[in-house]
Amino acid sequence: MILSGAQAVVECLKKENVDTVFGYPGGVALPLYDALYNCGIHHILTRHEQGAAHAADGYARSSGRVGVCISTSGPGATNLVTGIATANIDSVPMVCITCQVTTDALGKDSFQEADITGITAPISKHNFMIHTVESLPEVMTEAFYIASTGRPGPVIVDIPKDVLVSKAEFAYPEKPQLKGYKPVYSGDESMIRTVVNVLKQAKKPVFFIGGGVMLSDMADVVLELVNKTGIPVTASMMGLASLDKKHPLHLGMLGMHGTYAANLAVTNCDLLITLGARFDDRVTGAVSKFAPNATIVQFDIDPSEINKIIPTNYCVLADLKWSLPIFTKMVSACDIKPWVDEVLLWKKEHPLRFKEDTANIKPQAVICAVDEAKANDAFVVTDVGQHQMWTAQYAHFGHPRALISSAGLGTMGYGLPAAIGAQAANPEREVWLFSGDGSIMMNCQELATAVEQNLPIKIFILNNQGLGMVRQWQRMFYGKRYSGSKHEVPTNFQLLAEAFGAKGLTVHTKEELKYAVTYAKACKGPILVNVFVEEEENVMPMVPPGTALDQIVE
Amino acid sequence: MKQQHILSVLVENSPGVLTHISSLLSRRGINISSIAASSTEEPDITRISLVVEVSDYEAWAEILNQLENLIQVTKVIEMTNESPIARELSLIKVKASPDQRAEITNVTDIFRARIVDVHPESMVIELTGESQKVDAFCDLMQRFGIIEIIRTGSVFMSRAPEAAAE
Repeated sequence: MILSGAQAVVECLKKENVDTVFGYPGGVALPLYDALYNCGIHHILTRHEQGAAHAADGYARSSGRVGVCISTSGPGATNLVTGIATANIDSVPMVCITCQVTTDALGKDSFQEADITGITAPISKHNFMIHTVESLPEVMTEAFYIASTGRPGPVIVDIPKDVLVSKAEFAYPEKPQLKGYKPVYSGDESMIRTVVNVLKQAKKPVFFIGGGVMLSDMADVVLELVNKTGIPVTASMMGLASLDKKHPLHLGMLGMHGTYAANLAVTNCDLLITLGARFDDRVTGAVSKFAPNATIVQFDIDPSEINKIIPTNYCVLADLKWSLPIFTKMVSACDIKPWVDEVLLWKKEHPLRFKEDTANIKPQAVICAVDEAKANDAFVVTDVGQHQMWTAQYAHFGHPRALISSAGLGTMGYGLPAAIGAQAANPEREVWLFSGDGSIMMNCQELATAVEQNLPIKIFILNNQGLGMVRQWQRMFYGKRYSGSKHEVPTNFQLLAEAFGAKGLTVHTKEELKYAVTYAKACKGPILVNVFVEEEENVMPMVPPGTALDQIVE
Repeated sequence: MKQQHILSVLVENSPGVLTHISSLLSRRGINISSIAASSTEEPDITRISLVVEVSDYEAWAEILNQLENLIQVTKVIEMTNESPIARELSLIKVKASPDQRAEITNVTDIFRARIVDVHPESMVIELTGESQKVDAFCDLMQRFGIIEIIRTGSVFMSRAPEAAAE
């Protein structure tokens, strides 16, 4: 079968069972867009390339499949950069196809030329530039293979226009052969046995679960592991949904805005068993005082995560898919009742709480109102800032992929396009988005995409008329000097939604909030609810930056 | 205290591989003091010999893991502690007036270097050896007036009977 490069790309996408791609066309991308026309793959036109990247990310996180986005050269490609970095730090499998100027125009400062492989080298799992049409199918298989195996991540494939239009015999290679890439799967079983023995000696063990549990689809096994051993569990934001928060041993999130019980448990434990987490500085607080008395055990797929931040005593280097079932089989119930009693007392005496003591709606109350209304299999997407932390604290997540948030990079503007991706991948399920009046503005143009695709995303803006998290830090650490963090001219978000053709609502009172949640749940198209909330509310508890986790302020 | 590390990195011979390696090192503020790349006994595999200066040992172990993680890197071999055979090639162009030639030739002989070109005003000398030997030779040539120095950067080979990659 003789195909053009562009047709070959489409064939490759079909071979990889891609049903939806997110993208934005442009000059040198035209041959590829011509091949996409009526090809059977659903192309979602976003209103900005950054939106396409985040949408592919939301698609991938919600479905576990590789998200695909497409852009033209130059500015199209550079607009993907924030989305690529966001996916990279949270290990999200993505293939980003960037079109490039023709091979003979490369390196000549041609119109819309940017060295996207050079730019994305440090913020992607890998990248390729395709130089000949003959190598295209091979590179595409490699890209999908690299993106989705081992520790997942975004892979960029840069394709010059002349490669898109030249023709070659098409054959899709079976399994890629990469000399330098051998993703870890199985590991050393004796290490697991060692960990089991270490666990037998422990009086105060804690599990710390991260995004790796969700990435390897091991939430069920973690539940079994926790039930069998009776060990308390804390989680990073990426791992938070991997165990039902209502589980009595789930202590909630660890770190800066984590719970009192989680932070105290980790500080006082004698054994910390980490499952697919990477010790982000928002989790550890002062590294030297993190779990100071604990033996550290790390289950991870990535050798470069071992000893990176916290010195590891024992590591099981393997895919959790391999190691966790074996570990779970080997362990038995732990005799740690005094410890569990102590931890559960912390949990009982120091719950997350907020006071509804103002006339204004408290932002946390919005999260709780939505939480009660949403379906158990719903997705909860967030932007970045205070609302994100309140979501992590107060929302419940019915399944491991339920929480979709830019955890590592903290990308404002992530939420709306990610919600579009999640809804596109899961048309039958509810997608609720919490955003702020800061974050939503960073990609509000994607409301047009949501309307065009009739994606019934339910957007709740926690509107405190400024940049809440920045203001919180200015309030706490910069003597209330609110530099550059107030929105002096309010935006009418209801009108904004209506301008895009979405339903818009404005909420000032608790009664209006209740109505808006009910309305949003029933709404068949995208809806934006602008909720005016208490402006000066802080996210609490908080571990001040650079201090130990037990220095938590409630 | 900065510590010197010697690395032999085997990579796929494809575009962009140096970008990936150098961006990984530069992100940590690590300076590459010497780099040499060339083909190996295996087709499609290039060896990059690196000398870098690192201040923190624990960070260094982490960087080695991250280098191994790069898709195009097939093997990273740290050679710092095994005192490998080290060589670099240098070409040194020195000012050489007729009355100085005899002495320059004399020093060249002592270092077992070779004169590869002679011009009425200058000479070009080729010297192979460990970096310190090249440094010492350049110091001695200083008094005649060095016009230009070109050095390849060091390459390293382990003294063990098998290939370093094994």
